[in-house]
Amino acid sequence: MTRMAATRDGYGQALLDLADNPKVVVLEADLGKSTKSLHFRKAHPERTVSCGIGEQNMLLVGAGLASSGYIPFASTFAIFTERAFEQMRNGVARPNLAVHLCGSHGGTHTGTDGSSAQSIEDLAVFRTLPNVTVLHPCDDVSTRILTTRLAQMNSPSYMRTARNKTPVLYDDVDPDSIQIGKGIELKDGNDVAIIACGVLVSESLKAAEMLMEEGINASVIDMHTLKPLDGALVDQMVKRCGALVTAEDHNVIGGLGSAVAEHLVANTFAPLEMVGVPDRFGESGQADEMLDVMKLSAKYIAEAAKKAISRK
Amino acid sequence: MSKSINELEEIARKCRVEIVKMVHRAQAGHPGGSLSEIDLIAALYATRMRVRPDQPDWDDRDRFILSKGHASPGMYAVLAEMGFISHEDLKSYRVLGGVCQGHVDMKWCPGVDFSAGSLGMGLSFGMGCATAARLDDSDRRAFVMIGDGEMQEGSVWEAAMAAAHHELGNLKVILDRNRIQNDDFCEEQMRMFDIPAKWKAFGWNVKEIDGHDMTQVMEGLDFLEAPENCKGPSILIAHTIKGAGISYMENNPSFHGAAPNDEQFHQAMVELGEVEA
Repeated sequence: MTRMAATRDGYGQALLDLADNPKVVVLEADLGKSTKSLHFRKAHPERTVSCGIGEQNMLLVGAGLASSGYIPFASTFAIFTERAFEQMRNGVARPNLAVHLCGSHGGTHTGTDGSSAQSIEDLAVFRTLPNVTVLHPCDDVSTRILTTRLAQMNSPSYMRTARNKTPVLYDDVDPDSIQIGKGIELKDGNDVAIIACGVLVSESLKAAEMLMEEGINASVIDMHTLKPLDGALVDQMVKRCGALVTAEDHNVIGGLGSAVAEHLVANTFAPLEMVGVPDRFGESGQADEMLDVMKLSAKYIAEAAKKAISRK
Repeated sequence: MSKSINELEEIARKCRVEIVKMVHRAQAGHPGGSLSEIDLIAALYATRMRVRPDQPDWDDRDRFILSKGHASPGMYAVLAEMGFISHEDLKSYRVLGGVCQGHVDMKWCPGVDFSAGSLGMGLSFGMGCATAARLDDSDRRAFVMIGDGEMQEGSVWEAAMAAAHHELGNLKVILDRNRIQNDDFCEEQMRMFDIPAKWKAFGWNVKEIDGHDMTQVMEGLDFLEAPENCKGPSILIAHTIKGAGISYMENNPSFHGAAPNDEQFHQAMVELGEVEA
């Protein structure tokens, strides 16, 4: 039986892993119970700063701490990180201060809270900021490993985590195989490459199984780092498969699909189909229902793969 | 760091000369707010700031955050006076590749602790610096200068509430209450009513002074450093005159962000005692 877990739990666990470093501090905006920073707060209240429901302040308190030698990890819902976008832009990214911002509950997969809580543009907006690394891991294990790696970086980051559970893909993995900026080929194939992030990685694996039944051998990539994009791996997939699909629980504008398209047009061309939220807001629904409503689930990814192949 | 009132007034006068020169040379910039803040920043650096101009990134230095980052000529003039940068560097104000960027920038200019330019951010950053000092068990302070128009940014009040909640006695704000913002007088743009009462209601220690009377400025800085005011955050509300020291700029909203022409520049130098009439 596949273990199910939410990436936000991996984030919370990573903060505890990092606690041995006395320079690591945690910032909260009244959502620590949800983003899972609460475990760190309980263990290390003296290194946890409550910013109340004030995301703009939180980002810059983080910047001040970072400028004084601390390693701040700040979290809130993905949607509310956007409220502090300009603080992230002018006060964090511009002076290149290593504040690590985590937006949990990203995407329509967030579910019944409805459209106000379903960020579909966070990856796009943070990807536009110079100096900022953008991550969206697919399971709790990789989230935990990638989060601990952030503490070694001397530049800021944005990581999206998800509210709801998805299949765990990396139990018993060698941690060295998960590195910031390096995509991971989860399934080897040569007809089409599906490049996915976050909750759609496991959907993409399901899509690959569906395709296999039709004799189509798809490669599946976990592109947990959107920026810097692993362009070498994209090039390799173009060469080997000649057709690409991107899959993300995010607006088709500006996210992983755009990042891959930007790379393709500047390098070797291959047909690309982008599976993503079709430039519309979400609504209340269960996580799996939302993936169907938004045409993001495995069957839609498989359809996109066939279309990409037909365009070769 | 002891200086007489006369000495401080002379430092501020020299800084005023540099402010006007910078803005005139660049034919752009923000003279009004630089002239309103200058007595305060000059006195703060000359008598209170624990900094090392030859080691600007010394970890345990006091921080000064010019949140009203557009009023950068004032800060650059003081940094030159203190020896963080040279007077020659002041010629790089708003010039490509220059250390004196249009708005103060920690990546470009030694002695600048925060890259400002977008209003409403400095107090939060200062809260982070003050929190770090507390975690380090250091007695260093974070001084933040904000403008009055800037208080219209909601994030200022997020920070004000949070700093009082966390009882950050090492966080000290100086408010440059010059009553003019970009487009017009504050009273026309957005009335702020009882400003001291607002800060008191947020849990801050509050004192008001005349920000151009150097004796009062020193009393105000004493207030910020007084042990009884180090149990929570404190704010010094300095009543100032936008454009102070240059007659035609004083209380004139058009000199918030405009440079003097050659004739006006000459007049300013006369008024500041730099040249004969």
